[in-house]
Amino acid sequence: MIKNFIKNAGWPRIIIALFLLALFITAPFVGVNVFTSFNNTVVRFGMNGIMVLAMIPMVQAGCGLNFGLPLGIIAGLLGATLSIELNTEILAKLAELGEQYKISWLTQEFLTTYREPIGFASAIIIAIPVAAVLGWLYGKLLNRVKGDEMMIATYVGFSSVSFMCIAWLLLPYKHPTMVWGYAGRGLRTTISVEGYWLHVLNDWLALKFEDTVKIGDKVLDVNLAIPTGMLIFFAIIAFIVWIFMRTKTGTAMTAVGSNPEFARASGVNVDKMRTISVVMSTILGAIGIIVYEQSFGFIQLYMGPFYMALPAVASILLGGASVNKATILNVIIGTFLFQGILTMTPTVFNSVFQTDMSEVIRLIVSNGMILYALTRKVRA
Amino acid sequence: MIRKLFDIIANNAVPAVFIIISAFAIPLSGFSASYLVQELLTRIGRNSFLILSLLIPIMAGMGLNFGMVLGAMAGQIGLLLICDWGIVGIPGMVLACLIGTPIAIVLGIFCGHILNRAKGREMVTSYILGFFINGVYQMVVLYLMGWIIPITNPNLLLSRGYGVRNAVSLSGIRAVLDNLIPTIITNPEGAKQFLNINGSGSFLLLQLPFFDGAIRLPLATFIIIALFCVFIIWFRKTKLGQDMRAIGQSQSVADSAGIPVNRTRIIAIVISTVLACYGQIIYLQNMGTLNTYNSHDQAGMFSIAALLIGGASVSKATITNVFVGVVLFHLMFIVAPMAGKNLIGEAQIGEYFRVFVSYGIIAIALVLHAWKRNREREAARRSLRGNKGGNA
Amino acid sequence: MSDNNNAPLLQLDHIGKEYYGNRVLSDISFSIEAGEILGLVGENGAGKSTLLNILFGMPVISSTGGYEGSLYLDGKQVNFTSPTQALAAGIGMVHQEFSLIPGFTATENILLNREVLNGSLMSYVFSERVSTLDRDAMKARASEAIKTLGVHISPDMTVNEMPVGYKQFIEIAREIDRKNTRLLFLDEPTAVLTEQEADILLIALGKLAKSGIAIVFISHRLNEVKTLCDRILVLRDGKLITDQKASGLTTRQIASLMVGRESLRKEEPVEIPDEPVEEANVNDALTTTVKKKKKKPALKVEHLWVDMPGETVRDVSFEVQKGEIFGIGGLAGHGKLGIPNGIMGLYPAGGKVRLFGKKLTLNRPRAALGRKMAFVSEDRRGVGLLLDEPLDWNITFTAMQMQGRFLIGIPHIFQLRNELAMAKETRKFIESLSIKCTGPNQKAGELSGGNQQKVCLAKAFVLRPDILLICEPTRGIDIGAKTLVLDTLKEYNKEHGTTIIITSSELEELRSVCDRVAIVDEGKIAGVLPASSPAEEFGMLMMGEKLRSALAYTE
Repeated sequence: MIKNFIKNAGWPRIIIALFLLALFITAPFVGVNVFTSFNNTVVRFGMNGIMVLAMIPMVQAGCGLNFGLPLGIIAGLLGATLSIELNTEILAKLAELGEQYKISWLTQEFLTTYREPIGFASAIIIAIPVAAVLGWLYGKLLNRVKGDEMMIATYVGFSSVSFMCIAWLLLPYKHPTMVWGYAGRGLRTTISVEGYWLHVLNDWLALKFEDTVKIGDKVLDVNLAIPTGMLIFFAIIAFIVWIFMRTKTGTAMTAVGSNPEFARASGVNVDKMRTISVVMSTILGAIGIIVYEQSFGFIQLYMGPFYMALPAVASILLGGASVNKATILNVIIGTFLFQGILTMTPTVFNSVFQTDMSEVIRLIVSNGMILYALTRKVRA
Repeated sequence: MIRKLFDIIANNAVPAVFIIISAFAIPLSGFSASYLVQELLTRIGRNSFLILSLLIPIMAGMGLNFGMVLGAMAGQIGLLLICDWGIVGIPGMVLACLIGTPIAIVLGIFCGHILNRAKGREMVTSYILGFFINGVYQMVVLYLMGWIIPITNPNLLLSRGYGVRNAVSLSGIRAVLDNLIPTIITNPEGAKQFLNINGSGSFLLLQLPFFDGAIRLPLATFIIIALFCVFIIWFRKTKLGQDMRAIGQSQSVADSAGIPVNRTRIIAIVISTVLACYGQIIYLQNMGTLNTYNSHDQAGMFSIAALLIGGASVSKATITNVFVGVVLFHLMFIVAPMAGKNLIGEAQIGEYFRVFVSYGIIAIALVLHAWKRNREREAARRSLRGNKGGNA
Repeated sequence: MSDNNNAPLLQLDHIGKEYYGNRVLSDISFSIEAGEILGLVGENGAGKSTLLNILFGMPVISSTGGYEGSLYLDGKQVNFTSPTQALAAGIGMVHQEFSLIPGFTATENILLNREVLNGSLMSYVFSERVSTLDRDAMKARASEAIKTLGVHISPDMTVNEMPVGYKQFIEIAREIDRKNTRLLFLDEPTAVLTEQEADILLIALGKLAKSGIAIVFISHRLNEVKTLCDRILVLRDGKLITDQKASGLTTRQIASLMVGRESLRKEEPVEIPDEPVEEANVNDALTTTVKKKKKKPALKVEHLWVDMPGETVRDVSFEVQKGEIFGIGGLAGHGKLGIPNGIMGLYPAGGKVRLFGKKLTLNRPRAALGRKMAFVSEDRRGVGLLLDEPLDWNITFTAMQMQGRFLIGIPHIFQLRNELAMAKETRKFIESLSIKCTGPNQKAGELSGGNQQKVCLAKAFVLRPDILLICEPTRGIDIGAKTLVLDTLKEYNKEHGTTIIITSSELEELRSVCDRVAIVDEGKIAGVLPASSPAEEFGMLMMGEKLRSALAYTE
């Protein structure tokens, strides 16, 4: 019974889950505020959840783990920077449209009140077609290299990030908050989204508590800010993915991942399904990074997206997914566990050893998890 | 005939493109010939050994050994220890190799076992394995050194008392191998001047009549590299080398012929890891500083990119590929920032360009390899029908 | 040659083998002397490969509980547990599939893992593997082995540049080069050779035998077996039927011995005739069958070729009448499986296929499925099933994708799968085919072979096909399930008038279910016979003999 459970879950997952449990148990004794840690975990869950969700379509369609996530992130970054660059133009255009077509609610007042959500939405709306085009090309490429998807995805991600490094320098962005002050051109490495769409989701319907709790003779400050909006947004996207996987196309996609020969013999166009899955993954990656940025507060350009695929890959594997099967539940559990470890290790280790080992733990946990998944036998 | 010509061009497309890029970028950079030659010689000495360590796993059909960073880390641990013990010069280097070897062997065996469990996706697995061992390496170097592993030299340690600093000076062994047999290449004129300044004796002077300027040649390093090349040529001729080639082409046939496939694959990885360890030590003695947490990472990527630029593929690589690659890759490396600055007024562009090229070339090589393999599979299926009947 | 001059080189004494309670070999006893050539013939599944596996010490034998009886080499009992031991004892084997390294030269392949090494100090310090190869000596040895075969192949030619026939010679040369080889097994060595090459090989084998090597020759080309061999052994259903001098047998007799088991149709006992069956009778039977169903053919295939690895179809033409159960038989590897797979678009194919008079687009499974054809693959686990998905997915998936059933929502815009309808349909089939499972939610991979096959049938039935193509319907399933599967097919044909095409290695099965049976030989149709034709007629066709009576009805 227990043996079976260990066999099903795999020892790395159990070790990591026990490790997290140990962290939570130790935390109060070493003076770490569990409530704050928990709150941080929830926030980071919301920030990263959609990027982990981006793994599902490709895994389900048998394209393997999407190490090419940076491609989607680039689309998101383009959307984010363009939404700031064109912020005024977009608002003006909307106002004009409101007047032209006599849309009663689209007033100047509305635009002022909802300037930030509009900015956020415009970032996503710009990012989606870009991601779709990039994803389509990327999908076509992956169809030609069946069997080697993961390695190629990694390097497609890397080369696109380094290509964009050149592009960020050369693209004719003008907005003063985004370009280097001294040169007047070339985007900065980090761009603040404050005043544009900082925390638009985090603050939407956010639940805030401030209280103190007495545990034994210790008094703990409970200072919670649950980013309800972000969680709802995640839930909506997750629901869309869930529904999609239940449509005719989604069913075909799952069958392709489960056994491409079966799918082909059943009249499914395998390559088309794979392409659709890659496009979806890329679009989700683009949305994911914008959600991440609105919470994080900054757009990180240049080498920023470089290693962003690895935590997402590790998360979904940690949640119980394999190289060719993944569910929404895997995403939720995995992201929670992974982000939990990331939040808890620095605080707990700092209190115990007076040192921050989180980077090392992150490397070992995430890559150990991926390594474990890669060495599992799967049907070819 | 035309097909053959096409094949030749297709097979050498990558080096050709780089020669063309260099042809444009060299004049743009404005560097002098002697500067470029000097830089290239230095970099050939610095990098060739690392790149050569990639050849054997390719021969055994295991693809590009992204796990070579494991060997690089082993070498760095050796270097850190000799720095702490204050052993300098050639003895220091040899000792670093001696310390690194067992670590590299253990890591190599571990890597080999893991890769045997992930047949068919060796590359992505060895790549992730590199990250994983990097985590372990950081744990050792950042937390255990100075705490469990005794490190006494305060110059090595972080101010908190344990953990190694981010940059460690390797002044004790800096360029000891490169300068073991000090050699200068220059023209007769320059030689005369040189002798006047330095006196005779301690330098080997090579005179080339029409050469402009003076160049230092890391002769001892070159000799080591040459020995390594001889080793590889010899290795190809051994039974073990033959077995690896057989496994590289067909594991199942090799297995049915009684060749111990898994064991041989592990040996290939162990050799590669140990050689990468030595390669990294040679690399760092030339650099003179150890970037404790980054040096190994770059070693892997740049070596693989250079090899591919030299015209190698995932399944075939020769010694020629190594040297063509190291020259072309580093030529671009040297001239790109300058060319970028002179062209667009932004050195940064050149920097990013060379990073882009490194990754891009690996991506392209991987794509071409997978594509070719899938097409060959189809061709093999077609050929079964043979020419007996059928009117396709 | 041997220590004990009286003992035969190899002697088998009451050898038997069971796989998981399934008897595949029983009571095999024969012996072979040095220099003798033995012909071993039998249908697929007669037990040839199991016998070879036992003699060669393949791990599959020891891992499934070993074998019964005993083996004697030079009068001493032996029991090989790995091929290496068999090789060391002087038993060589040339398999049907090439075991060559494409990028290596002939020399390197012939001496693979037996290379000639230069002695060196290093080999004492480390191991033999660090010695360098003595290429000249290797080449000399390879040339010698090639010469023994009487062919001219450059020892420096790489295998991937060789025509197929050469590769076969290289395989054999490899066994000859093994100096201690005393007994050589050849499994269908002439299958890939041209007639001329085959002749050269036969002569070479004769020479080899004269030099004292014993040869066991397995072939479906009975002519060759008869010309080459001294003695012929016929295996059928795991039993040794005949062991006699080749000179005393005609090819027709061999064929009938091979297939002439007790017929499943008790009312038509098949005896072993010594004289040819009167052709007129056969013709009559055929004409009546054809006349009875002289309608537009349901399926008309002309000059079909299919690139299916291992089952290549070269040029095949035949017709199937509406409502008929049509069988396709033949030995493994000759292309019978390629025909349905090619028609369904699963492998690259060419030629003309007409369905009820209308042309069918090849190479597109969607086109074939769209024309109301359904397919049950021989590769259940590889193509037939989604092992990691529940039964209801497996059964309804094709219907969902092709016919838009089991969906709710607006067609082409937004359709979700209707899990209730899927489960309901699946339950219906679980009941009617008595599939043993825990319910529609069980994963297909967890079922037994027979039940998996029923799931595959259900998947085809759900499509309500006009034409049903079924490959190897009873492969790897137990007797009880076999009968049920075949009965289900017969019933389905009767109830719905569905045209059914069954491809099977089991001739008796085809003869018991089908109206007519086509036999495929080397990628072509050797002939089409009514199922009631005597078994040895089919046997002759399988063995590459041409029958005039059958040819007449191929068109």
